[in-house]
Amino acid sequence: MAGPVARLLPDGERLHLQHGPIDLVIGADGVAGARALAFQAAVARFETVLTELVAELPLLRRAVGERPSGVIAQRMVAATLPHGDRVFVTPMAAVAGAVAEEILAALCAATPLERAYVNNGGDIALHLTPGARFAIAVAGPEGQDFGRVDLAHADPVRGIATSGQRGRSLSLGIADGVTVLAATAAVADAAATLIANEIDLPDHPAIRRLPACEVQADSDLGERLVVRHVGPLSFEEVGQALRRGENVARQMHEAGQIHAAALFLRGQVITVGHGNLGLVAAERERQRA
Amino acid sequence: MSDAETLPPPGKIRCDACPVMCYIADGNAGACDRYANHGGTLVRLDPITVLETGAPAVAFLGGADPADWDGDIIRGERNFLTAVGAGTTYPDYKPAPFIVSQEVRGVDMVTVVTEGIFSYCGVKVKIDTDRHIGHEGAIVRVEGEPVGLVMTSEYGSRMLSLGGVDHLTGGSKKEGRVTCDALLRLCNRQAVEMTIDGGPSLVVQAGKPPIIDGVPERLMRVGCGSATIGIFAKQWAGLVDEVVVVDDHITGVLSEHQAGKLLNVPPTGIRMKGRRSTPGRYFQVAEPGLGWGGTNITDALEILKPFDPKVAWPGLRLLMVSTTGEHWAYYELDADLVPRRAEPSAALRATAEKIAENCEPSLCSVLFMGGAGGSLRAGVTENPVRLTRSVKQALTHVSCGGAEAYVWPGGGITVMVDVMDMPENSFGYVPTPALVAPIEFTLRSDDYAAMGGHVSHIQPIEAVRGAGLRRVPHDPAAPHPHDAGNYSWQRKSGTRGD
Repeated sequence: MAGPVARLLPDGERLHLQHGPIDLVIGADGVAGARALAFQAAVARFETVLTELVAELPLLRRAVGERPSGVIAQRMVAATLPHGDRVFVTPMAAVAGAVAEEILAALCAATPLERAYVNNGGDIALHLTPGARFAIAVAGPEGQDFGRVDLAHADPVRGIATSGQRGRSLSLGIADGVTVLAATAAVADAAATLIANEIDLPDHPAIRRLPACEVQADSDLGERLVVRHVGPLSFEEVGQALRRGENVARQMHEAGQIHAAALFLRGQVITVGHGNLGLVAAERERQRA
Repeated sequence: MSDAETLPPPGKIRCDACPVMCYIADGNAGACDRYANHGGTLVRLDPITVLETGAPAVAFLGGADPADWDGDIIRGERNFLTAVGAGTTYPDYKPAPFIVSQEVRGVDMVTVVTEGIFSYCGVKVKIDTDRHIGHEGAIVRVEGEPVGLVMTSEYGSRMLSLGGVDHLTGGSKKEGRVTCDALLRLCNRQAVEMTIDGGPSLVVQAGKPPIIDGVPERLMRVGCGSATIGIFAKQWAGLVDEVVVVDDHITGVLSEHQAGKLLNVPPTGIRMKGRRSTPGRYFQVAEPGLGWGGTNITDALEILKPFDPKVAWPGLRLLMVSTTGEHWAYYELDADLVPRRAEPSAALRATAEKIAENCEPSLCSVLFMGGAGGSLRAGVTENPVRLTRSVKQALTHVSCGGAEAYVWPGGGITVMVDVMDMPENSFGYVPTPALVAPIEFTLRSDDYAAMGGHVSHIQPIEAVRGAGLRRVPHDPAAPHPHDAGNYSWQRKSGTRGD
């Protein structure tokens, strides 16, 4: 069985950590020597991340509610619990963001850093100090440019997540992508997953679905139908599907769970909330109109 | 995890590549999207593979030194495109799928990258064991089909030669299919169960200990029985009066052995079965088998005849031990000079344990061997024999999946490569049946032009990079295919690379 692997990417500035399904790309900037210390801490913390999660996997694959013992698992539960009353959700909806957060915490605890990020397959945890900024590109499954997010220390956002039908995780919806800005990566991850699930056209003949367990035998979604293929949709249908997601995104925004969301499907965009993401996406929407 | 032992649901396999241990149905991928179930077999879903020089992948064993992450370690990108996943143009005489040029320290190098279809191929298997796995020449079978034979016994190991064109295409259809499948699995580092006529059943997997008749082998012997006497004589002297190191080949007897004589170990009146070769060294003390030291014995006393009453004495201390230290027993002679089991001293016990400690772990090694023939060479040049000559003259370097390949002397391009040096799952097959193996030819671009290479098909390496590449680290201990030291032009100029 392959263990965790760490290496520097060829630019010599980013750390790549991989174990099983987890792929992290990590950047850190600080005074001389800080990066090496931070990366060392990330490597040390990453060593047991997957085994900690696997130890509680059955619980994490059940509907949220039970209290796990691991710290990452607890982050997952905290991020998904607020949604548990409204929809079926398991802590796994926040796994990528929670892992990113945990590694970021290890980086920042090791040494003072001006800024740092842990990118777990599009679910990103951020660290910013006054004067530091991050410019983040949002891309679709075919590499489409969905816009830019520019974040500074004053912004309340420390987590970004993107979820969609063709990502690595299975989706109940048909979204090309939902990008969410939130206070933490785990919260953003859970919200993006759940908004993407809502972007859907139930019973539409062009949408092919399969029970999740037939795609991934031990998926936390069990028998629930996940989207495998989306055929042609009319302009109106795309808007209709997006508005279903928008409703949920607005509820989350009003409840203070997320700062902003942008919902993408077949060239149409709906944005919710304020902040940079909203501005950039809205700008693109205006250009298209 | 409690469900770790449960059997996979029907039609699914359980991936053991990481602790998540996904169940994967046929045609689906695991949670990582890296491994999938293809017809009941776990496969990696990686496309064409690039051997990367740069920061090596660091396993988590041992503390990671922050110096490992220092930018200085990275000597800039010097990547090498391997043929794993490259595809092939067989049987059309077309240029190979990738002919790439890359400037390496001022020398314009061309690498011709192709996956070769090897009808003439097989594996040489080295099994570290002294246990009897069948006589030389015995047939090795998989699923009852002959796939090869037992070769010579080597130092602490047994050799198998499997595959070859006679099994692949010379026998029945099933023989060919089974042989091809067994070779494929061995080359991709998977376990293959085989039986040997007149011998045991074996499970062979590259880089893993052999399993002989269901028992995993642990240790490779420290030496033959005689050598073991030589190594440990000094430590035994004084602790014990006689030592017999039981070995299928050469059983050693301390008091008679030259090493014992030099230490003034007195004669003990011991009398051995078998054929005495030189003093203290006996052949054929028992039949080969799965017992002590590769013999068939389970009670060590079976190889002794009664002690000589004129020499032996009651209370004589006797240690019998196998060449791996896995089997050992201590005896003292009773009043009738019959050996009786007795409790050894702690110091003596430690010597038996030291034998085991000095044994290396037993492993199976699998070397792929294949000949690069007609159309494969035609994919490189319009004059195939010039490629052969260029390889022999060390103007062209041959690698398999970026790993160093040994090129046999004599005619043709027959290569041998350790599958453990190659990226995992480097091999494929075609129903011919034949194995598909990666092979790369690297040479200077002017040498390539001179041999009649497909110069107009050369593309810069950047053209084949991009998304969807599988990247594997280069083993820093192995020579890089671009290393100038591989080439005769560099050796002549007297300055070796790196």
